Amino acid sequence: MSPSPLAFDIAHMFAGGLVLVSFMMLYQDRLLPLINVLSLHSLLLALSVAWQAHIQDKPDLYVTAVIALGFKSIVIPMALRRMVVRMELHREVEVAVGTGMTMLLGIGLVALSMDLMLRVTAGANALVREDVALALSVVLLGLLMMVTRRNAISQVIGFMSIENGLILGGAGARGMPLVVEISVAFSVLVAFIVIGIFLFRIRERFDTVDLQALDRFRGEHR
Amino acid sequence: MPIVLACVAGLLAVSALSLPLLRHRAATAAVYSACLAISLVLCAAAVLSIGQADSETVLPLGLPWLGAHIRLDPLAYAFLAIVNFGAASASLYAIGYGRHEAEPARVLPFYPAFLAAMNLVVIADDAYSFLFAWELMSLASWALVMARHHAAKTAYAGLVYLIMASFGTFALLFAFGLLAGAHGDYAFDAIRAHHLSPGLAGLALVLAVVGAGSKAGLVPLHVWLPLAHPAAPSHVSALMSGVMTKVAIYAFIRVTFDLMGAPAWWWSLPALLLGGATAAIGVLYALMETDLKRVLAYSTIENVGIIFIAIGLALAFKASGLPGAAALALTAALFHSLNHMLFKSTLFFGAGSVIVATGEQDMERLGGLIHRMPISSAAFLAASMAISALPPFNGFASEWLIFQSILVSPQLPRMGLKLLVPAVGVLLALAAALAAACFVRAFGATYLGRPRTTAAGEAREADRWSLAAMLTCATLCLLTGLFPGIVIDWLQPAVTVLVAGQMPPQAAIPWLSIVPISASRSSYNGFLLFAFVAVSASFAAVVVHRFASRMVRKAPFWDCGYPGLGVVAQYSATSLAQPIRRVFATVAFAAHEQAEMPPPGDLRPASLRRFLRDPVWHFMYAPVASAVGASATLLNHVQFFTIRRYLSFVFVALIVLLVVLALWG
Repeated sequence: MSPSPLAFDIAHMFAGGLVLVSFMMLYQDRLLPLINVLSLHSLLLALSVAWQAHIQDKPDLYVTAVIALGFKSIVIPMALRRMVVRMELHREVEVAVGTGMTMLLGIGLVALSMDLMLRVTAGANALVREDVALALSVVLLGLLMMVTRRNAISQVIGFMSIENGLILGGAGARGMPLVVEISVAFSVLVAFIVIGIFLFRIRERFDTVDLQALDRFRGEHR
Repeated sequence: MPIVLACVAGLLAVSALSLPLLRHRAATAAVYSACLAISLVLCAAAVLSIGQADSETVLPLGLPWLGAHIRLDPLAYAFLAIVNFGAASASLYAIGYGRHEAEPARVLPFYPAFLAAMNLVVIADDAYSFLFAWELMSLASWALVMARHHAAKTAYAGLVYLIMASFGTFALLFAFGLLAGAHGDYAFDAIRAHHLSPGLAGLALVLAVVGAGSKAGLVPLHVWLPLAHPAAPSHVSALMSGVMTKVAIYAFIRVTFDLMGAPAWWWSLPALLLGGATAAIGVLYALMETDLKRVLAYSTIENVGIIFIAIGLALAFKASGLPGAAALALTAALFHSLNHMLFKSTLFFGAGSVIVATGEQDMERLGGLIHRMPISSAAFLAASMAISALPPFNGFASEWLIFQSILVSPQLPRMGLKLLVPAVGVLLALAAALAAACFVRAFGATYLGRPRTTAAGEAREADRWSLAAMLTCATLCLLTGLFPGIVIDWLQPAVTVLVAGQMPPQAAIPWLSIVPISASRSSYNGFLLFAFVAVSASFAAVVVHRFASRMVRKAPFWDCGYPGLGVVAQYSATSLAQPIRRVFATVAFAAHEQAEMPPPGDLRPASLRRFLRDPVWHFMYAPVASAVGASATLLNHVQFFTIRRYLSFVFVALIVLLVVLALWG
C-alpha cells in the first residue's frame, strides 16, 4: 500500500516537526518554557499518530494518540509545572555542554540517523522509512539532552521525549499492538512518579535538585 | 536402589529437620546419630551389592526434558562404600567431638547435606545431576569450612576454596559439554555413545583433569586444600580429606574410563606426570609445615598423587591392550583410595582430639601427649604407620600393588611410556620414603618427648565416642593390611567393568597371600609378616627385659653448659625436618636460612630465620591475583561517576555502534 503524496507530506511534516521541537528543547535553557516545549512535543506526537491512524485505517492508533495527548501533553507537563513552582526551583537549567555545541552535535545525530535508517530500511515503503529515521533522530536528541543537562527535571523531560520518539517509530511501523502501547504508557507514568518522588527526596536532603549537589555530597568536586 | 535413594533422601531430610532443632541441646547428638545410622545402612548396602547387576532409574527432578538419571554400577558401589564408611566414622567421632563445637548451628544443617551431596555425585547418571550434586558438595563443604569464621584466615581459606571450586566446576561443565557434543543429550548413556575426535578428546581430558584435579588437590591446583581442610572442624576435615577427594577421583575415573570410551596411550600422561609431581611435592610441603592439620592436608595431596599415578598406569595399560595389568593398577588405585580414607580419617580424628585437649594445633607447642592420651596416640601411631606404607598395615599393601604394576611397565609397547613410568616410580618411592619421615616427625613432635607448653602437659584423653571412631578406623587399617585379598576380590567387579580384565582371584590362594599377576612373579602375605613382626618383637622385648634392666631411668640431659634450657631444648618439628629442607627444599621452595649473630657485647639473642617460597603460588597464582587486583583498582573509579557520566557512556556507545553500522553496515 503506497500512501498518496499528500498523506505522505502531512505525515512527514508532523514527524519533521517533532524533530524540530526536539531541537527547541535542546536550545531552551529555562525550566517552565522547557515544560511547554515538552507539551508541544507531545501534542505533535499525538497529531502524528492520529494521522497515521487515519491513513493506515487503524482505529487502535487513535487510542495511542489520545493517551499521548492526555498524559504527555497535559497531565505530565502540568504536574511538572506544579513541581517546579512548589519546590521553588531555580528556573534556569545549567548545561554541561554549551548550547551551540549541543545544537551542532544534534545536527550530526540527525544526519547520522537519516543516513543509517534510509539505508537499512531500503526495502520498506517511503512512509515507514521517513518515520523510522525521524523517530531515531528524536530518540538520539532526547538522549543528548539527558547527557548535556545537569538538572534533574530537564533529564526527566529528555526521558519523556525519548519515549515520544519510540512511539513515533512504533506507530509508523504499522503500529504497535495496543497492549504494548498501554504498558509503555503506564511504565512512563510509573517512571514519572518514581522520578517525582525521588526529586522530592533529593530536595529534602540537599535543598536542590541540581545533580551536582549529589556529587558534592559524595565528596567529588568538579 | 530404593535403599540408596531412601537413605540419600533421609540425609537431606535430616539436614532440613535440624534447622528447627538447632537451639536444642540434644541436636548435636541427634543429627550425628542419624547420619551415623544412615551412612552405615548405605555402606552395608554398597558392600553387599557390588557384584549385582546395574540398576538405573530416572527421577522426575531437575531439567524437565532430562530428569535425574540415577545409576548404580559396581564402580558407584565401590565409592559408595568408601564415602559412607568415612561418613559413618566421622559421624561417630562427631557425636563426642561435636559437643566441643562453639557454634553447632553453623555445622549441623550443612553436615548431612554434604554427605547427601557426595552420595549423589557417585550415583548420578547424567551431567546435569552430576554437576548439581558436585556444586552442592562444594557449597556445603564451603559452609562447613566457614563454620569457624571468627578464626583468623578462615575467611581467606573460604574465599580461595570458593574460587577454586567454582573454577573446577566450570572446567567440568565444559568437559561434559564437549563429551556430549553440539546436539548431545546429557545423560551418561548418550555421552558413552558419542565419540570424540582425538583433538576434542584431548581437550576434554585436560578439562576433566583440571575439574576433578582441582577438587582432589592435584599440584598445581591444590592451593585451596591446605587452607580449607584444616580450617573446618576436624570431623569435617576428615571427610574433606578422606572422602571428598575420593569423590573427585571417582569423577576422574568415571570420565576417563567410562564416558570417554576407548583410551589412547597419551591419555595416561597427564595423570602420570601430575600424579608424580603431586606425590613428591605434596609430601615436601608436609615436611615444611608445623601445623598438625596442615601437615595432614598436605599429606592428602601426596596420597592423591599416588592414586593418580595408579590411575594413569591403568589408563596406559588399558590403551596398550594389557587388561590384566590395567586391572592390577586400577585395583591398586581403588584400594589406596579406601585405605587413604581409613587412615586419613583416623589421623584427622587424632588431630581433632589433640586440639580439643590442648587448644593447640602447632606441633611446636605440643609434645609428650602419649602419656596423657595413650589410646588416641595408639590409634594415631597405627594410622601413621599405615600412611607411611609400613607392613603389615594397609598402606603397604596398596602401595606395593602400585609398585607391582610399575614393574609390569616394560611390557608397554610405547618407548615414551617405558621411560616415563619408571621415572614416576622413582618419584613414588621418594614420596613414600618422605611420607615416612613426615609421619615420624608428626608423631614424634606431637606425642613423644616432653610437653612444650602447659596446655600440652594438662591434656586429657578424648571422649568415648571419639576413641571408638579412631580405634575402629585404626583396627580396619590393620585388618585390611592383614587380609588385603578380601578387599581386592571385593573390588574386582568394579575393575572388570572399567578395564575388561581382572586380577587373579585372591580367595583361591592358600595362606591368605595376595598375588598381583602370577605366583611365580611375586606375592605378599600380610598375615605371615604380621605374625613374624609380632613374634620377633615380643621375643626381642622379652630378651631385653629379661637380660637387661627393666628399670625406667630418668636423668638430666647434657645442656652444653647452659643450665635451665627446659623443654624447648628438645628436638622440634622444624629441626627434624632441617636435613630434608636443606636437601630438597633449597631447589623446590628456594628455602634458605639467615643467621643473625649480635656483635660481642650486645645482649640481644641470636636469631635464625627460615625463608620458604611456595613456587606454585609465586609463579602461578600471585601473578593472576595481582592482575585481578590491579584491574579491580582501575575499574573502581567507574563506581563513582555521576549519573550524567553513566548516561554519556550509554549515549557514546550507542553512537559508536550506529556509526560503525553506518560505515560498514
